[in-house]
Amino acid sequence: MAEFSIDRFVELYAARAAGMSASEVRALFAVASRPEIVSFAGGMPYVRALPPEDVLSVVADAMDGHGSTMLQYAGGQGHLALRERLIPLMAAEGVEADPDDLVITTGAQQALDLIGKLFIDPGDLIAVEAPAYVGALTAFGAYQPRYLQIDLDADGMIVDQLEEALVRGERPKFVYTVPNFGNPAGVTMSSERRRQLVTLCREAGIPIIEDNPYGLLRFEGEALPCLRSMDPENVIYLGTVSKVFSPGVRVGWALAEQSVVQRLVLAKEAADLCGSSFTMLVTERYFAGDRWRENLSTLVDIYRLRRDAMLESLPDHFPADATWTHPSGGFYVWVSLPGWVDAQAMLAAAVERRVAYVPGTAFYPDGRGRNQMRLAFCHPTEERIREGVGRLGSLLEEEEQLYRSLHP
Amino acid sequence: MRIAVVAGGRTPERDVSLRSGHRVRSALGDAGHEAWLVDPADVSLVEALQERGPEICYLTLHGKEGEDGTVQRLLDLLQIPYTGTAAFDCEVAFDKVLAKDALVRAGVRTPDWVVVEGWALRDLGAGAALERVTDRVSLPCVVKPSRSGSALGVSFVERSTHLAPAVMAALSFAGAAVVEAKVEGSEVAVGVVGTPHEALPLVEIVPKSGVFDYASRYTAGATEYFAPARVTAEVATSCMDQALRASGGLHLLDVARVDTMVDADGTPWVLEVNVSPGMTETSLLPMAAQAAGWQLADLCERVIRSACER
Repeated sequence: MAEFSIDRFVELYAARAAGMSASEVRALFAVASRPEIVSFAGGMPYVRALPPEDVLSVVADAMDGHGSTMLQYAGGQGHLALRERLIPLMAAEGVEADPDDLVITTGAQQALDLIGKLFIDPGDLIAVEAPAYVGALTAFGAYQPRYLQIDLDADGMIVDQLEEALVRGERPKFVYTVPNFGNPAGVTMSSERRRQLVTLCREAGIPIIEDNPYGLLRFEGEALPCLRSMDPENVIYLGTVSKVFSPGVRVGWALAEQSVVQRLVLAKEAADLCGSSFTMLVTERYFAGDRWRENLSTLVDIYRLRRDAMLESLPDHFPADATWTHPSGGFYVWVSLPGWVDAQAMLAAAVERRVAYVPGTAFYPDGRGRNQMRLAFCHPTEERIREGVGRLGSLLEEEEQLYRSLHP
Repeated sequence: MRIAVVAGGRTPERDVSLRSGHRVRSALGDAGHEAWLVDPADVSLVEALQERGPEICYLTLHGKEGEDGTVQRLLDLLQIPYTGTAAFDCEVAFDKVLAKDALVRAGVRTPDWVVVEGWALRDLGAGAALERVTDRVSLPCVVKPSRSGSALGVSFVERSTHLAPAVMAALSFAGAAVVEAKVEGSEVAVGVVGTPHEALPLVEIVPKSGVFDYASRYTAGATEYFAPARVTAEVATSCMDQALRASGGLHLLDVARVDTMVDADGTPWVLEVNVSPGMTETSLLPMAAQAAGWQLADLCERVIRSACER
């Protein structure tokens, strides 16, 4: 009799690999890439709006200016030229920084991983928003934390809940937040909440991880001060060029105090020696000129129209008792459906009707969010957005009929 | 031979199918065939096949279109031979509503079941009769979409209040839900190959989570397998007998997998049949073949030979 071990190393894997498993939802996304499907699923920047000649010219420019440096290893902290170039980008959001306090990472995603590596021992408590960016949950998840989930409302993280937890004696290692047009909820933390969070964390000696990929994608209103600018010593700030240039170059960064930066650099070197010189220096050239401002403003106009298309069509098609957020920037609308809806179970039917979204459960570590969904408006055109919302609406109508019939 | 391995497609089982297809293609290549992969999601299947003119198609598509007779009918029209069951019989085997009846007619033991149709719920008020479902099929029960693979949309129901959401989840994948009595025991898969059918050594499935769902199937290490299964010779014979009866009764050809549940008394119950069994590194059929002392290439070769004999 033979016991078949499909994976002969199965007894050898670390406990942290236990959470890495196949899932139905991922299987359904394999279908969602069909062209006839309106996908509200992935938060893919609309890179097609970037004129190819602009990219070609910066690549040529980079080769001219940086030569063989582009083809060589870089230091673990990333090219100084790029770090310097990112300073005005952050200044545009009121964040002052010294290039020495930056570490270039492979997207901000790698910064999340490195922060997890530096701060989290198995069983440590970390505070996250509920719902939270799924990529942060998977990055941190590998280090086996426990989660303190802090609910969101229209003003962002409900800081009172964090305060209550601290009073109860909970001591999270850090607080992770996406304060501007957050992923997935699309809400922005109010000024008052920002002050409250910064003060609370400063007094408690708990660092804040501020992840700000969408801050420059503001459709209206005035930018609010970044947490980092309110308390540079206690806030580790993460930035990325993914949404303002290209996610394909994989350039992100962490801005922190020197003590943290030095550790991040060591962790970065241990992970992958250094980022790509090629894309770092191409990115440096892209932000050297002025074209990026024009391109960004074109992008923001496109995203604003798409957001409008989504917010205009939702009330026409979605159930009267559904609610959703009204983002003033970024990529996402977060929908809360009546309690009887199981958005995860419904996904297959949605894909069959040629529309896709991400079920809410992905954004909570504890399985909540069954009746919620994230709709990304960044990629489909306005017409397709209206079509997609219509398809989802009629599916919800049929689901409601089913539900009523099953609960007479 | 010149063999087009058809894999991929646009179903939720696309990734699984591609993994199956790549393995089959390389096994056929090792066996000296000229084999190549065709993914109908990438190219027009008709054009791709007409262009390269295979002598036969090895089908490793999973899910709708691949297993429900659609591709088979198209290949019939193009007069290109293919491995596996013919179109109409695929349609019956893939649709659990039809297959369950066909199994009973063939004298196969299968758990009690009730069909809940989506349109009957929406238009005929069938929801009011939902209580009768649990009268007929006692709890705990299993709710499955009528047409789907890889355990997608399947729920286990312990309490009556969970029946309605489980039915809704199944109806997300198909027009009807099959509510089936849950047989407690050990899950045993029977691979069936060749003409006439030959049953391969049984594979016993022990999911660590207790449930053989999508994650248990496709996450390496999430499930333990024993081949041959840890059952008595008597039980093994009766399992194989039921499997052969099922594959014969449903007119399955060349290759199939029959999933059974052996209850505490050692009685096997046929849960379902698969006309395009997975061929991935975590799939049951290749494991059964290995227990028989075959390489993957031997298995593929037998399937091809069986199809060519028609």
